[in-house]
Amino acid sequence: MPPEPQTPPPQPEAAIAAAAAHRSEAKPRWTERLHGLGPVIGLVLLCIAGTLLNGDFATVDNAMNVLTRTAFIGIIAVGMCFVIISGGIDLSVGSMAALIAGSVIMFINWAGPASGSPLMAVMMGAVLAVALGALFGLAHGLLITKGRIEPFIVTLGTLGIFRAYLTYFADGGALTLDNELSDLYAPVYYASLAGIPVPVWVFVIVAVIGGVILNRTAYGRYVQAIGSNEQVARYAAVDVDRVKILTYVLLGVCVGIATLLYVPRLGSASPTTGLLWELEAIAAVIVGGTALKGGAGSITGTVVGAILLSVISNILNLTSIISVYLNAAVQGFVIIVVAFLQRGRR
Amino acid sequence: MTNAVATKSSVAVEFDGVVKAFGPVQVLHGVSFALAPGRVYGLLGENGAGKSTLMKILSGYESLTSGTLRINGQPQSFTSSRDAEALGIVLIHQEFNLAEDLSVAQNIFLGHEKKKGFLLDDAAMERDAAAALAAVGLAIDPRTKVRRLIVAEKQLVEIAKAIARRARLLVMDEPTATLTPGETERLFKLIAQLRADGVTIVYISHKLDEVEQVTDEVIVMRDGRFVARAPTPEVSRQQMANLMVGRELADLYPPRDLVVAADKPALRVRNFSVPGWANDASFEVRPGEILGFAGLVGAGRTELFEGLLGLRPASGTVEMRGEPVPHGKGWRNPRDAAKHGLTYLSEDRKGKGLHVHFGLRQNLTLMALERYAQPWLKPDAERAALAEAVKDYGIRTGSLDVRASSLSGGNQQKLALAKVLQPQPKVVVLDEPTRGVDIGAKRDIYFLIQRLAREGLAVIVVSSELMELIGLCHRVAVMRAGRLVATLDATHLTEEELIAHATGTADTPTAA
Repeated sequence: MPPEPQTPPPQPEAAIAAAAAHRSEAKPRWTERLHGLGPVIGLVLLCIAGTLLNGDFATVDNAMNVLTRTAFIGIIAVGMCFVIISGGIDLSVGSMAALIAGSVIMFINWAGPASGSPLMAVMMGAVLAVALGALFGLAHGLLITKGRIEPFIVTLGTLGIFRAYLTYFADGGALTLDNELSDLYAPVYYASLAGIPVPVWVFVIVAVIGGVILNRTAYGRYVQAIGSNEQVARYAAVDVDRVKILTYVLLGVCVGIATLLYVPRLGSASPTTGLLWELEAIAAVIVGGTALKGGAGSITGTVVGAILLSVISNILNLTSIISVYLNAAVQGFVIIVVAFLQRGRR
Repeated sequence: MTNAVATKSSVAVEFDGVVKAFGPVQVLHGVSFALAPGRVYGLLGENGAGKSTLMKILSGYESLTSGTLRINGQPQSFTSSRDAEALGIVLIHQEFNLAEDLSVAQNIFLGHEKKKGFLLDDAAMERDAAAALAAVGLAIDPRTKVRRLIVAEKQLVEIAKAIARRARLLVMDEPTATLTPGETERLFKLIAQLRADGVTIVYISHKLDEVEQVTDEVIVMRDGRFVARAPTPEVSRQQMANLMVGRELADLYPPRDLVVAADKPALRVRNFSVPGWANDASFEVRPGEILGFAGLVGAGRTELFEGLLGLRPASGTVEMRGEPVPHGKGWRNPRDAAKHGLTYLSEDRKGKGLHVHFGLRQNLTLMALERYAQPWLKPDAERAALAEAVKDYGIRTGSLDVRASSLSGGNQQKLALAKVLQPQPKVVVLDEPTRGVDIGAKRDIYFLIQRLAREGLAVIVVSSELMELIGLCHRVAVMRAGRLVATLDATHLTEEELIAHATGTADTPTAA
């Protein structure tokens, strides 16, 4: 309880209002907690169902398999979480990943022989992936804030641009890493540390950093303030443009990291690389309880959302109740159901 | 339009013990009075007195919790504004209810469209709309999109809409807030004409001179209760004001301090212009001084300060404690201004002032987050700051962990004030600091502002409530149509003088 204010005489109406405030707050709190737990409960139920349906589901191997596959979308979803909480959207991440993958492959293939140090070339390629992501994110952020174009439009445009350039560079086919370089790069995807695959480690690190930035820094608070009400934030001396640009840069960096993990998996990039990743990343954020209109959201929820979506496809793969071809349909139903449950949260 | 409804001839209203509660908060405590047909009533009361709620009950926008509303002797319980409109009762909102992308004629007939068979009869609607517009003296094509109208024209379209619906009882809530003196005169003529036709008018306004001029009788409400009624010629403006406030006005405001003459002004603005809004404004405010800004709606006061904060393109010289702000166009953005020691509280609390869906803590510390982030945010330090602010500013809340939306208007405003003071500014600009706030909170805010000034802060108060400016400020600057026309010493200032300067009927600008 706060200390009683001493200066003004107590007013009955104000006291009633305060009491009302207290009471009306009890209910949203409870439901909010339920909203926060919803994705976790869903994930637990899915895992129980998966275990009952197929003995192979509840194995360490399968769990690592699911988490490794989740890592790419999950890392991107962490970045997407910032963009969506600030009230923006990025539709281009799948195409961006494809173009980055292609560019990195071309660079490594060129730099390997040219520099004479294949290891150096691969490392430079990894740096290039992150740098390209940051650059593309910066371009988005500048066009959206300084150019004052809707984020939907800007990233719809780059969605086409990025993929078209990849297709052009690949001449309609695929860009493939040279064998020797590919072997050198492979551990980034296939190796394990302490029994846990490298991409999963990276996913965990990115998620933890994301969570700390969102919840424990002034920047994270500004992101939420802008998504909640941009005008209020602007009047409250928040540098809205800078904060928004940074959310897109952060997302770009996440896409870069996801791509540098993804490249050694197949060792090639084609026009179908990263297809529909944007939808999966956005879905993970939304399933995790972040409102599409922004303002509030959570990294934990996003991580759970990403895992939940890949568990669904994993169960479909392991069992034959529903065709694997309906994977996207099941995910679609899940998204709609989650959105339904979140109605009228405000 | 439904034409032949016999009951439309006249409307007599009787409120009998009307009670309205929103949840556990009671805003009307058994209001009883009657309105005779064909008279013009001035309904007076401070913000939060319950006038608007009562009028919304009368016009079907709100239902009453208990008590009775009788129209022509028949108890009525309207479930929508359409029910009330069917009896000829129309409320003209303070906030406009116009569909911006539809034409004027389409708006006037919205929900009452004239038809020829299945098709809309646009020609007839445009003809009738033109007649209604002519009645209110608005010379525009009824096919004009509402979006293209200025605020004053929208106000007149709202009135035309009521006339086209053959209103027999018209509630006007601050109708002249956006009108020029010429337009106001025309509105008064229209009111006289409607009254001659037997229309009852309830006129809500804070401008007591207008109330005196246009009404037959005044009814005063305070804190959700009926207080008094009297024929207008029998009460003076001072009596009206005292009845509204419920105590001698003098008690509402803190005693005025003399300003200590400081060597240099805290803020000095020279030849500052915000294109389209403010022209060549010059003023200064010293530490410990409260400077008021008066003017009609649209005079450019808010826009002048938004220009200063870099929220609008602007030009002019700004000096902060003798240090010129570079690049001669005010600050780049509110962040820049805050860094130099000037913060601004917006008049639009929900839209620009507070994150109503955020907690109290997050709202309070938003402008001074650097202090709590080194580099990680320290929620405990934030909580301590909130506990202190709650005590310091008298914010009444049951718990510290609620959202801002659950506070009452007055307490939200105190929180917003605490927020803009968190960065410890040297100059603070408070735009309509008591808008939508009950009388108790108002008094708290006035005393708080005085305390800030005593602590050496330079305070600028922008307000549409003239009494507030006269009661609180040391000096009052008056703006008219984008120009700063006068700066007056508030010690012996009267409302009439202020209005005269604001409307341009004063002779020569005087400087203080």
